[in-house]
Amino acid sequence: MSATTAERVADYPPHPGTFVEEGYSLKSWLLTTDHKRIAILYLLAITFFFFLGGAAAVIFRLELMTPQADLVSNETYNKLFTIHGVIMVWFFLIPSIPAVLGNFLVPLMIGARDLAFPKLNLASWYIYMFSAALTIASIVLGGVDTGWTFYTPYSSMFSNSHVMLAVIGIFINGFSSILTGLNFIVTIHRMRAPGLTWSRLPLFIWSMYATSIVFVLATPVLAITLTMVGIERVFHIGIFDPSIGGDPLLFQHLFWFYSHPAVYIMILPAMGVVSELISCFSRRRPFGYSFIALSSVAIAVLGFLVWGHHLFVSGQSMYGGLVFSLLSYLVAIPSAIKVFNWTATLHRGSIAWDTPMLYALGFIGLFTIGGLTGLLLAALGIDVHVHDTYFVIAHFHYIMVGGAVMAYLGGIHYWWPKMSGKLYPEWWGRFSALIIFVGFNLTFFPQFILGYLGMPRRYHEYPPEFQIYHVMSTAGASILAVGYVLPLCYLLWSLKYGKPAGSNPWQATGLEWQTHSPPKTHNFDVTPVVTDEAYTYVEGKEQFVG
Amino acid sequence: MADSGAVLHEQFDDLAQQHSAVTLGMWAFLATEVLFFGGLILSYVVYRHAYPHEFQFASHQLSVKLGTLNTAVLLCSSLSMALAVHAAQFGARKRLVFFLIVTMALGATFLTIKGFEWRTDWVDGFVPGSHFSFVSHTPRVDARKVELFFCLYFVMTGLHGLHMLIGIALLGFLTVHASRGKYSSGNFAPIELTGLYWHFVDIVWIFLFPLLYLIGNHAA
Amino acid sequence: MNPESFRFVPEQASSIAGEVDLLYFCLLGFSAVLILGIGGCILYFAVRYRRKPGEVPTPKPVHGALRLELIWTITPLVIALGLFGWGARIFIQEQTPPPDAMDVYVVGKQWMWKIQHPEGKREINELHLPLGKPVRLILTSMDVIHDFYVPAFRTKKDALPGTYTQEWFTPTKVGKYHFFCSQYCGTEHSKMIGWVYVMEPVRYAEWLASGTPDVPAAEAGAALFHTFACDTCHGQHGPTLAGLYRSNVKLSDGTVVFADDNYLRNSILQPSAQIAAGYTTVMPAYKGILSEEQVIQLIAYIKSLASAKRPESTEVKP
Repeated sequence: MSATTAERVADYPPHPGTFVEEGYSLKSWLLTTDHKRIAILYLLAITFFFFLGGAAAVIFRLELMTPQADLVSNETYNKLFTIHGVIMVWFFLIPSIPAVLGNFLVPLMIGARDLAFPKLNLASWYIYMFSAALTIASIVLGGVDTGWTFYTPYSSMFSNSHVMLAVIGIFINGFSSILTGLNFIVTIHRMRAPGLTWSRLPLFIWSMYATSIVFVLATPVLAITLTMVGIERVFHIGIFDPSIGGDPLLFQHLFWFYSHPAVYIMILPAMGVVSELISCFSRRRPFGYSFIALSSVAIAVLGFLVWGHHLFVSGQSMYGGLVFSLLSYLVAIPSAIKVFNWTATLHRGSIAWDTPMLYALGFIGLFTIGGLTGLLLAALGIDVHVHDTYFVIAHFHYIMVGGAVMAYLGGIHYWWPKMSGKLYPEWWGRFSALIIFVGFNLTFFPQFILGYLGMPRRYHEYPPEFQIYHVMSTAGASILAVGYVLPLCYLLWSLKYGKPAGSNPWQATGLEWQTHSPPKTHNFDVTPVVTDEAYTYVEGKEQFVG
Repeated sequence: MADSGAVLHEQFDDLAQQHSAVTLGMWAFLATEVLFFGGLILSYVVYRHAYPHEFQFASHQLSVKLGTLNTAVLLCSSLSMALAVHAAQFGARKRLVFFLIVTMALGATFLTIKGFEWRTDWVDGFVPGSHFSFVSHTPRVDARKVELFFCLYFVMTGLHGLHMLIGIALLGFLTVHASRGKYSSGNFAPIELTGLYWHFVDIVWIFLFPLLYLIGNHAA
Repeated sequence: MNPESFRFVPEQASSIAGEVDLLYFCLLGFSAVLILGIGGCILYFAVRYRRKPGEVPTPKPVHGALRLELIWTITPLVIALGLFGWGARIFIQEQTPPPDAMDVYVVGKQWMWKIQHPEGKREINELHLPLGKPVRLILTSMDVIHDFYVPAFRTKKDALPGTYTQEWFTPTKVGKYHFFCSQYCGTEHSKMIGWVYVMEPVRYAEWLASGTPDVPAAEAGAALFHTFACDTCHGQHGPTLAGLYRSNVKLSDGTVVFADDNYLRNSILQPSAQIAAGYTTVMPAYKGILSEEQVIQLIAYIKSLASAKRPESTEVKP
């Protein structure tokens, strides 16, 4: 994106220092309304939760090395996978890209000084932390054993664990999501720099916009559903309990009306990040810009219409199954369009094998596998067999971990010089990207086979014939764990010892690269004016008018 | 909007941008609210379809008179809220304060009437949970499903009441500021936004009233 | 290492298993072509167009090509619709049991499966079946949601409390196969597993006859029918039950319902909800009085009356 910076003088005098230099006291961080500082607060919190959720996974993967129960009891096992799911879904994946990268970058990329509602932004962080505290409390007090899906009547009438606390935690967490989404929608609609029309927006902004719509429209349904579970648990009224007139399938419909779109909350931002990376590291405008942009919106809309594919074997009517299967196939099309366009962007590009690009290329491969196995699951005849087996586990980990986490890490590496002002050691970056790719595939590919063989999910013990694939998976998980610890180490190292990054180390377009690294408090010395489409790369120049 | 006393927050370029941003924010928030109540109304519709007799029976235990009265009260409050916004647009301070107080009073009236209804439900043993004491005398009506109706009834009207309370608190806050002359014809966004919220809460009731009170034939 | 450990597909032991596997392998093949195609392109482009160190050339800008976009939008769409149709065809088959299927009742509870054969035999965590005969499992649960899953038959269905669901299959291979609970149901979820034994019909008949003689479910139901004094009304001034099963019943509110297992179940447990036209509610609700097993036996009894000719009555829709 090119910008002429002289045309318009900012209404506020430029801040002298970077946003980090604004203050070093704890108070200056905890009471900040600067979107960049709030992004850092989120970064710290979700990094903690990523490793906490990962630790739970390491323990139960070790348990699954053998068919018998030897490391943990069945109750502990059930609590571990519940904690893993709850934390990874609500406290890592959903806020990861939007709350960290989105918060940091949305105003920078559209040439704004901050989000539309900075105080609300800080409030969302506090709401997130409060909900996290409640969820941690439910773990410390003894844990929850319902699975992250909280299916009734188990969660409402039968579980003896701390369901209420966890449910309240997730309920409150929802408000954090809603406020973040609301803030982004308003910011993107109302605060774009002069000349930055919708057709000139970076694709990351398009994806954040689509994500925000899902935040605002899906999250309240989860809130009311969990409220009803809570009421049922406390007052023993059969809202979902069939023994007194309720319908447990209603819970599943309501839950998945949120939780399926939530999958798109996780993957849409990842697609946005990857579009940025592919463009920057092949030095060209993404092939089919408008198709990538509009397919994000199409995914957000269609994503609301496919929840019933989680209920193919639940006793939902056969016609319901048919309709939801058809719609599930339709939602695959916009994803396919994106993959084809990314691949076409590489053709005759100038491709740099920097760390973020390795993550982006890994993302395309793994996301494609995840998406294609989604087609297998949408095929009704196959789903009846593999529903609730490891096939499903493998499928959604290819989307969430192979997709969302890879893109998140790629994005963190790409914008790290902008956020910290420092370069990380490139060799270590490439090395750990490779480790993660190998470890990931070794962990989750065997699970496809396990699933088709019939291994049900959430099993503490299993028949011995499944063991070989479990051993492979656990071996992969240990490699993956190393791969995730490495970036934590060298990125922290780079804060002190890394070389200064300069304002635009990747020679990228985009307004975020047209300001200091790290940016100053109000982002730009003068408000940029945009005069051209996004991703205009031109020989010998970073900026170009024409 | 030249003569306004509005504070321009530094992330915005000008007051027009700020105003359009906060208005859009409010609409986005209301979209969230629609889906929040939407989930409840969907649940209601599912169970109404599953247990038509019990829902009709339970609905008949509610007072249509009080419900209608409350609907009228709430519609009047919407009118006075609209008049308050209108007054604010013209910078008519006294009129603004007057209509804000009228709106609050009507809101409080609604909650008082609702409170009486709830009290009657409590006395009659229709409050779900351990206190629920309704015993069916006809095999067509299963008491547990009557309880289910009342559970939905209390959640729906309770959440609506909570929204009313928040609305009244907001109006109180606005009234204090308005009487101190904080708003002007160029600076009345808080009044306008609270107005949007208030109308939304009214509309929710317009849906709840027929769903809860008017099902089946009351003459029968 | 035992080569058995490296299986990729479970045994095919039902009439539908081959079809599911065929679709699965076709989709895998399709996926492999796409993965290799896309992955191959990515690797080839990444190597072929790799930026030389030290230079920052800018390639010719591209702005997409509408024709290409249309091709890769419409082609996947057509393929997707085809795949949908194929998957749906198998699904419809899986959802439609043949009328002559043998009914076996399966009740899940934390954490075991109780199974009742029509001949009266009861089993726990084991299911014996004759080869080659279509079997319809009628599932319910006494507490939370469970799911009866037989990988070798490629089929599963949730067992919900308070209602019946069904799944069916025709075993085609003698052997011993796992069944699992595949819907998470609490602490000992992974212990809620068992074995399906598919036997030659002769052996199956021997198995049925073995052990202590069992009272067939329908006879047990007939006894209950008498014990609970159902026969004082039904067959006298109450609606007759002969031929009721799988008939269309006209209700007092004018609607017509199909009298399947769930209708019978609901009419026993909560008769007032659906009253046959021409009758009033006299029958008490048996919810909380009858156990799931007793309801099953009563339904088996009512079904056994189905073969008897149903007399003309207002309930029968022509």
